[in-house]
Amino acid sequence: MIPAKFDYERVSSVDEALSLLRQHGDDAKLLAGGHSLLPLMKLRFATPSVLIDVGRLSELSYVREDGDEIAIGALTRHHDVQHSDVLRAQVEILAHAAGQVGDQQVRHRGTIGGSIAHGDPASDLPAVILALGGSMVIRGGDGERTVPASEFFTGFLETALAPDELLTEIRVPKVPGAGWSFQKLTKRAQDWAIVGCAVVRSSTSASESNDGRSVTGVGLVNMGPTPLRATATEQALAAGASVADAAAVADQDASPTADINASEEYRRHLARVLVRRGLEEATR
Amino acid sequence: MQVTITVNGQSRTTDVEPRTLLVHHLRDDLGLTGTNVGCDTSSCGACTVHLNGEAVKSCTMLAVQADGQDVLTIEGLAPSADELHPMQQAFREHHGLQCGFCTPGMVMAAVSLLKEIPNPTEREVREGIEGNLCRCTGYHNIVKAILAAAGSSA
Repeated sequence: MIPAKFDYERVSSVDEALSLLRQHGDDAKLLAGGHSLLPLMKLRFATPSVLIDVGRLSELSYVREDGDEIAIGALTRHHDVQHSDVLRAQVEILAHAAGQVGDQQVRHRGTIGGSIAHGDPASDLPAVILALGGSMVIRGGDGERTVPASEFFTGFLETALAPDELLTEIRVPKVPGAGWSFQKLTKRAQDWAIVGCAVVRSSTSASESNDGRSVTGVGLVNMGPTPLRATATEQALAAGASVADAAAVADQDASPTADINASEEYRRHLARVLVRRGLEEATR
Repeated sequence: MQVTITVNGQSRTTDVEPRTLLVHHLRDDLGLTGTNVGCDTSSCGACTVHLNGEAVKSCTMLAVQADGQDVLTIEGLAPSADELHPMQQAFREHHGLQCGFCTPGMVMAAVSLLKEIPNPTEREVREGIEGNLCRCTGYHNIVKAILAAAGSSA
């Protein structure tokens, strides 16, 4: 399988990428590690006429502490997220989940920004960023803006990114010592999750308005057209519900579809089971 | 578009169409057919080569993305024509192959794995080669071979 023809532009700065995006608009796609885009192009599901390769922008590959948050450059590879000492100490769930993406070869090429910008509901990292209450930093012609993860995923493979914008950074709160769990059910080791969930239970500064009670974020994988939060579960826990009762409503706001791997009802069942396991693991 | 890639230690400059996948460039333009195309969907790992010393799937990468980079294929792994790399030797000794189709990719993935985890447990080996499918062996002798190679290179 070979992609349809395209013009290839390799850029050496963010500004150059933005200028090409403005010039080519919807006809152009950004190429980072290529592990979401190239498979689509090989199947001819995506046929951009211009491919803008941002893969050499090493200034967008970093993990650094910034106040209460960790800032991760969009071009940081899954491998580097997985092995980041800063993330392992401050946001362990993200380092762990990055190590669950695909396989070692995929993690050597795929980037966190590429995965997030692709917006696939079946991918692992969006659910983690949602559970953490992270945000995305976006550069466009008019400068920079920051979009909360909860507003970033807008439809199936659709995000808040405009055609002339570039995702430059992912920000997540530091949650050292937080309880967490990442659950993923697959048929084969390297498959996409049939259903997955990310759970983070933390007592961050935000919980001061919450009488010191821990705040729980739950993100769901492959439970609808977008990566999404299990809002009903989060609210039930905030109101003092038990883990079992909160997990029982994990699929309430989800709209999973049936496919070759699972029926809708099986996915709903899995979400309830995996969220319960996740909450139990994160609470230990 | 002209690309210059260091392949198995040798600088190779070629004209490629931007849509040329690295695996096709290696096989069809450079004649290095040791790297196989299996699933062509980033699943099976038969096309695994090293990019700057790390295992990648060459069916999910454009040749132009490798411009200026260092690529190692199975042909470049052995130290000389009459001496196998320790990983190849271990696969031979432990019968870590049957039909041999997955073997080049499996060996390249295993070498990359041991660079990151020099003394892996059996579980780390099994998880480390999750991106490489073998339909013959049931993996058992492959895992044995990798563990043996880890012991010998320690």
